[in-house]
Amino acid sequence: MSDPARRSLPAWSLPAGAVESLELPTAWPGQVTREWAWGDSTGDGVRVCILDSGVDGDHPLVGGLDGAVAVEVGEDDEVDIVEDAEGDLCGHGTACAGIVRSIAPDCRLFSVRVLGAGFTGSGTALLGGLRWAVEQGFEIINMSLSTTKSQFAGMLHEVADMAYFRRAVLVASAHNMPVESYPWRFSSVISVGSHEEPDPLTFFYNPNPPVEFFARGVDVEVAWLDGARARSTGNSFATPHMSGICALILGKHPELTPFQLKSTLYLTASNVEGAGG
Amino acid sequence: MADDRLRAAVAAGVLASEDAHRQLLNATVEVARAIFTARASSVFLYDEQTDELVFEAVAGEGSDTLIGQRIPSSTGVAGWVLVTRQPLVLEDVTQDPRFAKDVAETTGFVPKGLMAVPLLHDEDAVGVLEVLDRPEQGRFSLEEMELLGLFANQAAISLDLLRRARRAKAVLEQGDADEAALARLAGRLDALEGARRKAGLDLLASLETLFK
Repeated sequence: MSDPARRSLPAWSLPAGAVESLELPTAWPGQVTREWAWGDSTGDGVRVCILDSGVDGDHPLVGGLDGAVAVEVGEDDEVDIVEDAEGDLCGHGTACAGIVRSIAPDCRLFSVRVLGAGFTGSGTALLGGLRWAVEQGFEIINMSLSTTKSQFAGMLHEVADMAYFRRAVLVASAHNMPVESYPWRFSSVISVGSHEEPDPLTFFYNPNPPVEFFARGVDVEVAWLDGARARSTGNSFATPHMSGICALILGKHPELTPFQLKSTLYLTASNVEGAGG
Repeated sequence: MADDRLRAAVAAGVLASEDAHRQLLNATVEVARAIFTARASSVFLYDEQTDELVFEAVAGEGSDTLIGQRIPSSTGVAGWVLVTRQPLVLEDVTQDPRFAKDVAETTGFVPKGLMAVPLLHDEDAVGVLEVLDRPEQGRFSLEEMELLGLFANQAAISLDLLRRARRAKAVLEQGDADEAALARLAGRLDALEGARRKAGLDLLASLETLFK
């Protein structure tokens, strides 16, 4: 609100003569194609946060990390963010990081480890880690995890909305079991289920939410602990595919809001007419 | 409160024994192993008191040694599945000492692959079902994943029954002699058959009339 004339106006309206303030930095083409959306992009400069079990940055498929922290939960549920000295406690975070890297080779990868605080503290660790990641301003936060505890739903919803308005894109795994879980059910996130196609850039828009997109999630070759590899299946492996594609798009169009990014994903989905690829 | 404890005592008296619940759980892992023609299958129960995962039922490799063994609740594949509520399938894992240690510590052999699925009951994650070493059958399919999920539902119900039976028993053990006596009576009455059962129920009805 640098314009003094606007200070007395309602906060959430558009006064006459201020329309030019809404000028969009990107000129949108008549038809949004994959070429327009991410042609020649490598995800350069886009910061992708892997909120998971930790990441082994030395794995050849991961190719280095720009930072790694762990979430610790105290006895009174206070959350501490500390440098991660332990790395990956499962293998899953390394797998996700490797998938993102394979799609967006020049993105910057960060790890926020929410595993290891015991199961009792896991909901608090998830919430605390997510809040911290949003506050850091990561453009993309990959969440191949969820909670069924309704006590966390309200707070997670709040953080998911905060992320949406701060231009942090939450990409979250849908459940493939019939249970209520969060945060993937929130409309402010990009929710991902699996398809069985082998192409990493094939993804489908689902007109019957809550799952909005299907990405590759079956028989995916992934990085695992200590330089190992494995073939893996699950929505939790489909999610980093979408995160990688988001990184490609934001690498080319960094000004896009989460709403615009989701629209671009819709228009470039493999089952949407005019996808152009 | 006292009323609740008496109800729990009666419930504990007529509940199936822990052995019966364990048999149900064992049957579940046996069927899971058979359907996926796997080398082994197991169920972990989450122990709230110690924040650990405990082997409750095992079919195949390790079935004679693993029951009761404990692992941390939020590390390794089982811990990840419990914390994230997400199922996970891994195959063709290249030899990896940490992966091997993770699983072999608990099963006694090094699997090439595993399927792990959370056992969810209402809001609670009560444990984890694992199926180890399916034979090579080509690409894993989402239908198999769904089948695994269906099995997980069944296992979760079995595990929840076991958990409830233990809680009822704990209430009874911490209670006083009156509650224990009531539980014994309820259990014995429930086990009676024929004329003896009828006589028992008649006696109960007479007691009810007397206490009105």
